[in-house]
Amino acid sequence: MLAFTIFGSFWLEIALKVRVLKRIRRAMMAIAPVAACFLLWDAYAIANKHWYFDKEQIIGLFGPLNIPLEEYLFFIVIPLAAIMTIEAVRNVKKHWIIGDEK
Amino acid sequence: MSYTQISILAVIVIVILDLFIIKTALLKRAAFWTSYAIILPFQFMTNWWLTSRNIVMYDPDVITGVRFFSAPAEDVLFGFALILSVLSLWINLGKGSSANRS
Repeated sequence: MLAFTIFGSFWLEIALKVRVLKRIRRAMMAIAPVAACFLLWDAYAIANKHWYFDKEQIIGLFGPLNIPLEEYLFFIVIPLAAIMTIEAVRNVKKHWIIGDEK
Repeated sequence: MSYTQISILAVIVIVILDLFIIKTALLKRAAFWTSYAIILPFQFMTNWWLTSRNIVMYDPDVITGVRFFSAPAEDVLFGFALILSVLSLWINLGKGSSANRS
């Protein structure tokens, strides 16, 4: 699933020159606080068994708060893909104002 | 709190952040909704993969039971909150940056 998302979006970095990976510091500053909040939600949901994972179908490595490694990667890969998407839209629709133009 | 309640709360919080606190107002931008329209089908695909193969499972007591492509409806709210919050911070961090071509 993560590989699918990476292949599905990271080509935008080259094909549409979204240059998100070149602005990785800004990307990480945007992602870190959001990922932190969602990981707390994830930890709460896992602790209360709102959702649970098939042990046979995950790598089996767990980070802090008993959260599987895949979940940590999820909260990096999905936001990066979302940023690449909006930057690709910006590059195709150059006259659209997003709000951070100089 | 149930998954239903948390996911609704998350959407309310991030809508307030986008419109009134960070004031990126991405909810009023065509570029955001275009990006979301691109992302949503991919979310349905990956969610369908994760839920139909029982990689991730949910406690039926904490969700409404309404499902889209095998995944709980709550996942749509979860995804919307994740994407809007990351993009709001990304755009906010880019304000005044010459790197943003308009």
